[in-house]
Amino acid sequence: MEMRSFGQSIKRKEDPAFLTGKGRYVDDIELPNMAHAAFVRSPLAHARIKSIDTSFARQIKGVIDVITYHELPESLRQRRLPLVVPVESLTNPRLPFTLARDEVCYVGEPIAIVVAENRYIAEDAVAQVMVDLEPLDVIADCRDGLKKGAPLAHVGASSNVAATMHSVSGDTDAAFAKAAHVFKENIYLHRGGAFFMECRGAIAHYDTFQDNLLVYVSSQGVHRLKRSFLELFDMQDSKLRIVTPDVGGGFGPKGSYYVEYGAVAAASMRVGRPVKWIEDRRENFVATHQERDQYWDVEIAVDDDAKILGVRGTLTHDNGAYTPWGIVLPWISVATVPGPYVIPAYNMTLVSVLTNKVPTTPVRGAGRPQAVFVMERLMDRVAREFDLDPAEVRRRNFIKPEQMPYNVGVIFRDGRPVVYDSGDYPACQQTALDAVDYEAFETRRKAALAEGRYIGIGIGNAVEATGLGPYEGVTVRIGTNGNITAYTGATPQGQAHKTTLAQVVADHFGVSIDDVTIETGDTSTISFGIGTFASRTAVNAGSSAHMAAKAVSIKVREIAAQLLEVEPDDIELRDGLARVKGASNRSKTLRELAVYSLGKPGFSLAEGMAPGLENTAYFTPSQSSYANGTCLAEVEVDIETGRVRITRLVMSHDCGRVINPMVVNGQVIGGVAHGVGNALFERMVHDDQAQPLSTNFGEYLLPLAADVPRVEIHHQETPSPYNPLGVKGAGEGGTIPTIAAIVNAVADALRPLGVHIAEAPLSPQRIIELIEEAKARSAA
Amino acid sequence: MTDTRTLSITVNGTQYTREIETRRTLADFLRLDLKLTGTHLGCEHGVCGACTVRVEGQAVRSCLMLAVQANGKSVATVEGLARDGNLSPLQNQFWEHHGLQCGFCTPGVLMTMEEFLEENPNPTEADVRDALSGNICRCTGYQSIVDAVLATAAQARGE
Repeated sequence: MEMRSFGQSIKRKEDPAFLTGKGRYVDDIELPNMAHAAFVRSPLAHARIKSIDTSFARQIKGVIDVITYHELPESLRQRRLPLVVPVESLTNPRLPFTLARDEVCYVGEPIAIVVAENRYIAEDAVAQVMVDLEPLDVIADCRDGLKKGAPLAHVGASSNVAATMHSVSGDTDAAFAKAAHVFKENIYLHRGGAFFMECRGAIAHYDTFQDNLLVYVSSQGVHRLKRSFLELFDMQDSKLRIVTPDVGGGFGPKGSYYVEYGAVAAASMRVGRPVKWIEDRRENFVATHQERDQYWDVEIAVDDDAKILGVRGTLTHDNGAYTPWGIVLPWISVATVPGPYVIPAYNMTLVSVLTNKVPTTPVRGAGRPQAVFVMERLMDRVAREFDLDPAEVRRRNFIKPEQMPYNVGVIFRDGRPVVYDSGDYPACQQTALDAVDYEAFETRRKAALAEGRYIGIGIGNAVEATGLGPYEGVTVRIGTNGNITAYTGATPQGQAHKTTLAQVVADHFGVSIDDVTIETGDTSTISFGIGTFASRTAVNAGSSAHMAAKAVSIKVREIAAQLLEVEPDDIELRDGLARVKGASNRSKTLRELAVYSLGKPGFSLAEGMAPGLENTAYFTPSQSSYANGTCLAEVEVDIETGRVRITRLVMSHDCGRVINPMVVNGQVIGGVAHGVGNALFERMVHDDQAQPLSTNFGEYLLPLAADVPRVEIHHQETPSPYNPLGVKGAGEGGTIPTIAAIVNAVADALRPLGVHIAEAPLSPQRIIELIEEAKARSAA
Repeated sequence: MTDTRTLSITVNGTQYTREIETRRTLADFLRLDLKLTGTHLGCEHGVCGACTVRVEGQAVRSCLMLAVQANGKSVATVEGLARDGNLSPLQNQFWEHHGLQCGFCTPGVLMTMEEFLEENPNPTEADVRDALSGNICRCTGYQSIVDAVLATAAQARGE
């Protein structure tokens, strides 16, 4: 295969439409006779519903219907949301009804849906739906949920523990018993939400004549949403189609099936009109899944050379009120802690606790940034205790390239052992260190301190499971007009699938990416799909695109060879032609061959050959491919105001072979910005009654252009042996090590003041508090 | 809630007269009445900047402005930037520098930066970052946007 597009920084096919206002997001879709919906949501974190009076709302002119649990179709009154990923350790799964039946378990839980002629009227009517609630005891903090005699987050539950799981490798008891040194850390980590710029939204169009349902939804994967719809509604497969148009960011939470989707569909069925619901930003703060609190009590055992003997501890995870993703999020956390280091014995217990808050599900990084933070904090602690260079402590403990493939010994959330496929972790760190002239940092620090400035440097090393299976599919078809189109269930939210997948396909036909169209996110175009999350699309859909395009190109050669009376190997594909090598006047166009492939008078297909220039491939990876990266951050902390300025940020990154370097750089830099937010700004605040207090962008701070530093990227390319393209995922690698690097840098800067930091995010107020605490300690 | 007014407005050079509810925001007027859906709503409380349009040349949040407040005024939206099918210099540099990913914040960023470049033909990176701080982008990390804006300024200076 001649490489032409693969590996090139080709400008994106998506951009001209987006730049001219011609993007087509779900709120841009207008269907004839469409009605508009708004939700009545719980104002309390935990309450019993005594009564709902919709009569005032119904009297408002322009209100079409008000639907509560009792007006839902029977199947939705019978069935709670399906559990997407059941596992044995999830002993106390909790899932909601589409509209709350008799109990609400978090602020923002939908109680009723109002359908009106326009959104303004629908919102007027929401305020007139009278809901009588009896407050119940609230679990606002996951640690409180574990206390003896604690109230229950769900009435009738036996416990607030959703799941307990042990991630074990080797004999930690023995390792700790013989260890020369053991150090403990109690770490608090908080991550906020995704806060994509386009809030969620869905349009349901129930066609009363054809008795079928079309749902447009801003999502990260249509096929899994279809599965949930099929499980909830008594509907044949053929009657349901889910389409995702352009999506304004996803970052994880748009991969979930939400109760609002079923409610909108039920509303369309009831009123016999298309119904649109577009989430507003306040709803987004209270009702879209988030990540949140994790409390890690961990200890590390090392020998006299600062080499790790074992790591053990407990993760207490705030799950929120329901378990739509089971324990995926904390499971990924505990499986990611070992990172790039040799850890002979590992024992981490995760306890996932039900609280009266919106559910937690993966946000970019999916529990990994916290895991990396934990391990990198321990590394820095060891360095400090031994008075060693933190980079040197890491160097002594790295898995070496010659140890690949490396079995970590723990089980990942796909049920398979964590086996790193490839990578050179020592070289990755060294590249980052060299970029900042790390050896000279102590000189810089001394000079800064002499001026009363506090600067620090921090390291974050991460290994990330990417390309999660079980599969993604691609159908490649050449139409009878010669157009090459590829269809996939992968559903982009800004990642440039329409460009990068076209690059993979185009090379097989010797055409430019402009000659290839990529269609995504429509259940009617391909039978099965998973979606775009977990840094999985380049690996899974990319490999499938490669396989399907290759199969079609072989068939093109076979038919051309038959017509041109040569062998298939004598045919080359170039610029929309199949031509005989060395005889460029003997050729057939793809258009002609597509017509022949369907059979025509005077031409028969070879025996056994299926009609059409079409192939569907589902790549099923044998395991995840493991990307890795080192983030190096330099900061300056103003000890009077607590302000942190990131003065330098280097990301040394290995995601295997790169389809489009420009796109990968964009993913990495964007990921870093998310990490900057998690390290310094983003905090979802609740009061002791689990009432959200940060519900707008004035109270919940996202990183702005002046907050995010210029990111310096250094690529390594260690191909993955586990897929035909040699690629690994790149969507989350920017975020995962960045939080640890920045917080470690702040801790390093404040070390002369005796400050110890084991938490994120770090607000200016918190930094001042930590400095004051350190002063008080030293005074005592 | 049925208080209405007649609104006369020029959008991207075309004159429109419509009878609208007084509570209609300018953003909703553009999107729903004129079908100009390039202007996006990201927060509806004036922070994210996705809905930024220009009213009499000035970049404003169309989510925080009532349509009736724009009566008699001239409004420019993202749909008016490209001329005769050709992208504007700023749009082109966004394409060159990968200045957008999901594209949702992009129209507001473009309208904000168009005004900024008219007033600041020779900006530094810090100037651009400062001016951009009223627009939230969750995808790009801003760096590619900054590069696109600086490149546009350099191009306009003939560099």
